[in-house]
Amino acid sequence: MKHFIAVADSDSKQPDRVQGEPVLVLRDVDKSFGAQRVLDGINLTVPRGETLAVLGRSGTGKSVLLKLIIGLENMDSGSISIQGQEIAGLDLTGMNRLRIKMGFLFQSAALYDSLTVEQNVAFPLERHTKMSASERSARVKELLSSVGMEQDLKKLPSDISGGMQKRVGLARALALRPEILLLDEPTAGLDPVTSGEIDDLVLKLQEEHGLTSIIVTHDLQSAKTIADSVALLDKGRVLMEGSFQELAESNVAIVREFFKRDS
Amino acid sequence: MEATSTSSGTMINRSLEWFGDLGGFSSKVICAAFARPFELREIFRQFDEMGSKSFPLVALAGAAIGTVLALESRSSLVRFGAKSMLPAAIVYSIVHEMGPIVTGLVIAGRVGAGIGAELGSMKVTEQIDAMEASAVNPYKLLAFTRVLACIAVLPLLTLVTDFCGVFAGWIAVALTDPISFRHFLDKGLSGVSFSDFLAPTFRTCAFGLIIGLVACFQGMRTTGGTEGVGRSATSSVVLSSLLVILADVVLVKLILIFFP
Repeated sequence: MKHFIAVADSDSKQPDRVQGEPVLVLRDVDKSFGAQRVLDGINLTVPRGETLAVLGRSGTGKSVLLKLIIGLENMDSGSISIQGQEIAGLDLTGMNRLRIKMGFLFQSAALYDSLTVEQNVAFPLERHTKMSASERSARVKELLSSVGMEQDLKKLPSDISGGMQKRVGLARALALRPEILLLDEPTAGLDPVTSGEIDDLVLKLQEEHGLTSIIVTHDLQSAKTIADSVALLDKGRVLMEGSFQELAESNVAIVREFFKRDS
Repeated sequence: MEATSTSSGTMINRSLEWFGDLGGFSSKVICAAFARPFELREIFRQFDEMGSKSFPLVALAGAAIGTVLALESRSSLVRFGAKSMLPAAIVYSIVHEMGPIVTGLVIAGRVGAGIGAELGSMKVTEQIDAMEASAVNPYKLLAFTRVLACIAVLPLLTLVTDFCGVFAGWIAVALTDPISFRHFLDKGLSGVSFSDFLAPTFRTCAFGLIIGLVACFQGMRTTGGTEGVGRSATSSVVLSSLLVILADVVLVKLILIFFP
């Protein structure tokens, strides 16, 4: 951590970490695209060190929610607070300071296709740390080893499978030692065995790094394995929030219908 | 009649909207240009990508226009008994107009399509979003570096086009009326001053700015998957070529006013 430049070191000025204090707070968040209201008064709180799984049918705004948190989209109204800092009104520098504390795994992994696996993981390190080439190389190997991809350093993203791309994407998301991890459907499009491996990997990394996470997923098994709490989105609203067990046993028709398919 | 005026109104609105969006995009690129880091490695990579890899194409285009100019001009000048003016006509035409505009259009085609397709592909596969999520400014790393490389490389490539055009023109002339290259150049440059080279060559900086900005803008606003990438590549070439031609008209007039 000593190698990080000033922006990355700004977390040292944060108050002492308190387990359970809210790290991510969303209040009355609205977002529309044209006439279509995608998110309608979203309220969510994620305490430090916990994982929230956001479930819901396709098109209910789950991925948009993550993009609002990391500032790739702007909300229409409401507030999003990250580690006590309101993101609305932040300039690019301020937003980038927050982004450095967050890791984002895209649904498609979104690896840079002209860079090798090694260069993909090194990309955020080159830009936000003052590590020497050898230190950076060691860190990249450590990250890729933690996701089981240390043998594929020189391969291009097009030469590896979808599951492997997700692993590399996860390593890249963890490169700057983020405190918050945002995962957009990490198991989408993967076979059950690879999905299970990704779940185990995420769980292991969360425990090792003490991350606060939001995972957007359709995969109930994945939510059950990884998440401390679950929120079900329907028509842009949080229909129900609680533990996986509470939602699974709910009598609300839409929730029951959603969970029935898996059982 | 009403339908025609409505569709013209829509087209004008869309054009104004496009120029407004391009203005917004340009201001983001300019703001990014003055912020650290300066991305020197990426800038040099783009110089190489656009400069050295476009070299053969502009050299060939220059040679072709030089040859055609020599062949076409010769018969006209012979008819008017002004054959001795042939070297000057070739050099003046190439240096003043043909070299800059042909280089601009060739680069709009090769580099514009490349930038539009590359950035478009990055956009639809969320690579640009991933860059932003990593706290890296894509307007700096992707757009500014390419725009700067286009601005810097165009005048240099224009010199290549000019030289190849004049050289090929000499060969075409020498095949029918043997003349040494030195003598050809002396005659060709007799009525041309240094300022005649300077303004037309450096007006290609404006072409570079147009090509870089339009191609990056079209690429970074791509939507609609693979088809969208194709559309961005095509529109980058079409729009930047069109604007290069329009800019040429305006700049030629300005050059005639300021460097009579």
